[in-house]
Amino acid sequence: MSRMNLLQAINNALDTAMAADPRVLCFGEDVGVFGGVFRATSHLQEKYGRERCFNTPLVEQGIVGFANGLAAQGSVPVAEIQFADYIFPAFDQIVNESAKFRYRSGSLFDVGGLTIRAPYGGGIAGGHYHSQSPEAYFAHTPGLTVVVPRNPHQAKGLLLAAIRSPDPVIFFEPKRLYRAAVGEVPDEDYQLPLRQAEVIKAGEDITLLAWGAQVEVVEQAAEMAEEAGISCEIIDLRTIVPWDVETVASSVLKTGRLVVSHEAPLTGGFAAEIAATIQSRCFLYLESPIARVTGLDTPFPLTLEKEYMPGPLKVFEAIQQTMDF
Amino acid sequence: MKTTRSTAKPVHKPVFANGDDIQIPVFTLLKPDGTLYAGAGQSSLERDTARRLYRAMLYTRVLDERMMAAQRQGRLSFYMQCTGEEAAVVGATAALDDADMIMAQYREQGALAYRGFTTEDFMDQLFGNQGDPAHGRQMPIHYGSRELYYLTISSPLATQIPQATGYAYGQKLAGQGHCTLAIFGEGAASEGDFHAALNMASVHKVPVIFLCRNNGYAISTPVTEQFAGDGVAARAFGYRMQSIRVDGNDALAVYEATREARRLAVEENEPVLIEAMTYRLAAHSSSDDPSGYRSKKEEEAWRKKDPLRRLQRWLLDRGWWEEDEERELVESLRREVLDTMKRAEKRRPPALETLVTDVYAEVPPALREQFDELVAHVRRHPEAYPRSAPWLDADQADDALRDDTSAHAGEARP
Ligand SMILES: Cc1ncc(C[n+]2csc(CCOP(=O)(O)OP(=O)(O)O)c2C)c(N)n1
Repeated sequence: MSRMNLLQAINNALDTAMAADPRVLCFGEDVGVFGGVFRATSHLQEKYGRERCFNTPLVEQGIVGFANGLAAQGSVPVAEIQFADYIFPAFDQIVNESAKFRYRSGSLFDVGGLTIRAPYGGGIAGGHYHSQSPEAYFAHTPGLTVVVPRNPHQAKGLLLAAIRSPDPVIFFEPKRLYRAAVGEVPDEDYQLPLRQAEVIKAGEDITLLAWGAQVEVVEQAAEMAEEAGISCEIIDLRTIVPWDVETVASSVLKTGRLVVSHEAPLTGGFAAEIAATIQSRCFLYLESPIARVTGLDTPFPLTLEKEYMPGPLKVFEAIQQTMDF
Repeated sequence: MKTTRSTAKPVHKPVFANGDDIQIPVFTLLKPDGTLYAGAGQSSLERDTARRLYRAMLYTRVLDERMMAAQRQGRLSFYMQCTGEEAAVVGATAALDDADMIMAQYREQGALAYRGFTTEDFMDQLFGNQGDPAHGRQMPIHYGSRELYYLTISSPLATQIPQATGYAYGQKLAGQGHCTLAIFGEGAASEGDFHAALNMASVHKVPVIFLCRNNGYAISTPVTEQFAGDGVAARAFGYRMQSIRVDGNDALAVYEATREARRLAVEENEPVLIEAMTYRLAAHSSSDDPSGYRSKKEEEAWRKKDPLRRLQRWLLDRGWWEEDEERELVESLRREVLDTMKRAEKRRPPALETLVTDVYAEVPPALREQFDELVAHVRRHPEAYPRSAPWLDADQADDALRDDTSAHAGEARP
């Protein structure tokens, strides 16, 4: 075990994967000597050489297209997109190509080795173009797996699982927690299961569901609720798609109430999908409407970021309203 | 029917053309010491324009120094400097008509300085306060001005380059003799958007000037890892477009090149690519530390080619500038920046309502409802929202005021 922050855990996962399998390659803008603008790939070029860890020219569609080709060839590319806000130039390569390689060729070809890492989310005074949470765009595309870790232990275990998954994975890293989340991480090689949510706290009255950086917010809200005598069950979804309906549904069957929270805007956000599915699975057991606490239906602001973000107070009020329905 | 413009002759052995066969020269007039090269013709730069150009370069340098210091003091969340590239940016701007459109990348505050963006305008954006026309939505340095024909900066790189092509095509149709200047880095020139922009511009004969600031680095990535071959200027050939490489630290050369580019664009509808060879003397941004990827020695060598010193020498030699004048100007600019910054820091934040305005032309009902819930929430917990809660009622007063003025808008006033 070592104490690491979330970035160090990602670096450690990449190191572990590259050491274990010479087919693993890491690349992207500033990923080489510099180790990435956030330092997630520090020292990998020193250790594994320029052929396996390198800077690319500044072109996201090129990075992902190149990675698709590499993965089709049998290599295991881990491509970094510098900020999730800049993943959109690669959108076509991801949603039309990565996602559909297997389907359109009847498994003659696939890009299972592909992992795309991108720092996402707000709370860092990044304003309009350094704060977005784009998971819902990708969740709408069958064939992709979208994963979001919440702490260093998860980051290493889930990233290793993503790199070794037979499907292409988009791995969104909560950049607000890069240095803020610190914890014990096993030194050895381990994987955490994809497609499986984690119940991180058992409770009776209400289920709270979130992922990534929002889990901490929901935990804070739960503490406030506990003080008010409300027992909360907290679930971290971990994999956005394909998502773990069973774990969420069985929790809601028990508590009868659900609050889902994410930073992205409300309309078309992934909470909408969860609410619709859980409503049809648990209709007769629900004691109140499923609540969503999310960003506003607007782009991301800077000066009024706190007002925009779903913080603990907003989640707590949603819990109260759900309880008092 | 002719399906290609190529007039190539057939050959009967495989002959490969190589990009290395074409070496594009660098157009330069001023030596690093600020005297003219032998053979450099008379500059067409006139006294007033030359002074305005140099003043804007000085202003940009002062602004950058002050704001970088402010960032280091924790007064500002982020900053980006133009340092080392002032000649490329301001020299090109000076060669345009003030009503030509500029679509910049983010490091081009010199263009705004030249056009008369005020210190207050800079500060209001940097501090994202109530005076920022974009209401504190974007990080510092994302300026914009409709009056000064400067498109508001968007962080996703290279997106403005094909937009420049489109905007300029519209200018051509409007027939008012204007063009658009797109400015970007050599890193951004790797994006697909760049190639799309050049191709469309040459096919449709668009009055657009593409100005690449080749400053050696895209964050930590040196040009040698950005592209192979003879730089960005050569790419124009593939699109049958005019291109020129110019010494980007020589304001006179940049000015002349851009002036001629503008003539080609506006009079002949020929798009032009300019590659300005320069160097990013400062860090990429206030979040970056270049010592991790380049040597002090390399930076020092470029410091000796400072574009400001070069132009200053030329101006002094012509008697168009005085050292005392400069000393006083720099002093007063520093004071102006500092004083204005202090005021901007204290200005109130944008009204809460600006969270939901400008998304659509009119706030849709569902968003209005989200906003009303937010207001109620902030009212219940004013201590948690110190930036907006104290102003909630003032905002309502503002609204009332707005309603009031619009109600009277048509009335004659005494
Ligand atoms: C599409 C996109 N990808 C990545 C980024 C992150 N980023 C911001 S600046 C930068 C480097 C740009 O280099 P260059 O175009 O050469 O301009 P310079 O900073 O040298 O002036 C990068 C990669 C971005 N803003 N947009």
